[in-house]
Amino acid sequence: MNGSTALPSRRLNWGFWTVVFSILVVAFLGVTVLRFSKGLGAVTHLNDTFPWGIWIGFDLLCGVGLAAGAFTLTAVVHLFNLKRFEPIVRPTILTGFLGYTFVILALLFDLGQPWRIWHAIIYWNPHSVMFEVAWCVMLYTTVLAIEFSPVVFERLGWHAPARLVHRMITPLVIAGVILSTLHQSSLGSLYLIVPSKLHPLWYSPLLPLFFYISAIGAGIGMVVLESYMSKRAFGRNLEMELLEPLARAMVVALFIYGLMRLQAINRNQCWGDIASFSYEGKMFLVEFVLGVVLPVAMLSFRRIRTSPSGLVTGSFLAVLGFVMNRLNVSITGMERGLGARYSPALMEYTVSLGLVAIGMAVFAFAVRYLNIFPEGQREGGS
Amino acid sequence: MSVGLLFDSTRCVACGACSTACKEQNKLPGPVDPEPTARTWTTVQTLEGQNVRRLCMHCLVPTCVSVCPVGALARTPEGPVVYDGGKCMGCRYCMMACPFGVPKYEWDKPVPVVGKCILCTSRVKEGRPTACAEACPYGATVFGTREQLAKEARKRIQESPSAYRDHIYGLGEAGGTGVLMIAAVPFEKLGLRTDVPKDPPAMRTWQVLANIPDFVAVWGCFLYGVHWITARREEVASGPGAGGHGPEGRSS
Ligand code: SF4
Ligand code: SF4
Ligand code: SF4
Repeated sequence: MNGSTALPSRRLNWGFWTVVFSILVVAFLGVTVLRFSKGLGAVTHLNDTFPWGIWIGFDLLCGVGLAAGAFTLTAVVHLFNLKRFEPIVRPTILTGFLGYTFVILALLFDLGQPWRIWHAIIYWNPHSVMFEVAWCVMLYTTVLAIEFSPVVFERLGWHAPARLVHRMITPLVIAGVILSTLHQSSLGSLYLIVPSKLHPLWYSPLLPLFFYISAIGAGIGMVVLESYMSKRAFGRNLEMELLEPLARAMVVALFIYGLMRLQAINRNQCWGDIASFSYEGKMFLVEFVLGVVLPVAMLSFRRIRTSPSGLVTGSFLAVLGFVMNRLNVSITGMERGLGARYSPALMEYTVSLGLVAIGMAVFAFAVRYLNIFPEGQREGGS
Repeated sequence: MSVGLLFDSTRCVACGACSTACKEQNKLPGPVDPEPTARTWTTVQTLEGQNVRRLCMHCLVPTCVSVCPVGALARTPEGPVVYDGGKCMGCRYCMMACPFGVPKYEWDKPVPVVGKCILCTSRVKEGRPTACAEACPYGATVFGTREQLAKEARKRIQESPSAYRDHIYGLGEAGGTGVLMIAAVPFEKLGLRTDVPKDPPAMRTWQVLANIPDFVAVWGCFLYGVHWITARREEVASGPGAGGHGPEGRSS
């Protein structure tokens, strides 16, 4: 339990972050009022030629993808029965649940008439990928809430419902994995319908598979980063003996993903775009080299993988590459096809950042009042 | 038998009678915008000295209908692709997905809806031509069944091959559209998308979505199988009498 030696044991400066957080929340509330009184046009750079911005590209696509650690880890622990990973399941489920809540809240900003979000329940269109995503996100958020509920029940001292959930855990986890597989890949399928608009560096019939595998990679990356951040914020140890094998799994996922992407690019004959350093070519290179090649190369070395700083850096790059990929698919790759440039308005960033900040605050709150991290691992503990 | 429109760019003089008639027919507020918006469903543009109308193509297999999660868009048996503002939740996937970039949104409103040409559904249901076709003084926009219109387009091209490109836009684009267009210059010069796939884009997603039930069954069995094997292995390893299957409560 002393893999933390290489990390600075400096605690976070809570005062500073509280100020930043307060400013952000005030700005967020201001934009919220404007958004709902004046319409989408007043707070975003969206228009008829560019109808989807970062609230879809970042909040939805990345929010869902980065929460993929929850289904991956519950499968590892409850289906593959690798119980030693159990200590990091709770924080991962909590982040997953908060991540999905973040996505739904962001959608309430992005939808033109969010008070009709429930229409997807009563008006069906099984031909629509969006319909499928809506249902899966709804159901999976419920599954995550149930999976997390024992933590709350414990705190309240309600043992009967907690036991009930424990007994149901296998079907719950299986449902969670199925739902996740469906909607993680469906976020890629959303773009299957725009073959003439999405740049061939990103368009492929395999988009659903790309989205699924990269989400697993990035989801694991997030588990590592979360452990690191909790360590810094709450003075906990980094569970190297758990995170190192996870990083190995991440390398495998990223490697397969990278090969498949290259093959798709070969099939679309896009080497010219990369070689000529076109706008799209450059963005692709940054995404791919920084977010796939580099982390795979780094984390393939045992020495780097077993050093906390190497592990955290590699995971950070993988997550960054994932975010860049989703933004490239939803924004960079669409700009030429839609015939418009889009850069988010300050107020769009405010909403996205505000929601992330609120999510982190809720996480911190939950860690303080609920039993999220296993006992005996706190700093100075046994 | 579905109906549609034939637009002949060579006959259009850009008088704008269609745009005005559309505004009146559909009670759309405000003046005619230079490009289609949620409140101007059709416009006439002049590019390279040629006039061209912008409006919904009324696809035979409409992409917008296939993507709408709440079924706010629908294709009527007569041909018009219609929109139900009472169902729409404003996800704007239709705008992203339409290969012709047709649906527009009310970005400046707190309660916005999508706007697009609905091929004068109520008139068409009564057997009357659309308002824009009726208003056109030059026969540049004509109304009819798709078969009639395709025949008419072919006739016009054959009678004066030098005046037209030998291409009826909409016959094959995105699986075929109810609105057909003919012109003297290539359609990309008129700002129309010529990169639209020949097959309806909706089929690409349906190929994936149609597999979901099978996938759920197979994946579910596989996952349960994995669980069963690993749990059983643990049971065997912990010796007889240990009834442990599945995860017990967490041990800290
Ligand atoms: S042109 Fe676009 S909006 Fe019109 S029917 Fe086809 S897909 Fe729908
Ligand atoms: S914006 Fe409205 S009509 Fe268009 S896809 Fe979304 S719900 Fe359907
Ligand atoms: S068919 Fe009707 S709704 Fe469509 S452009 Fe013509 S007048 Fe407007």
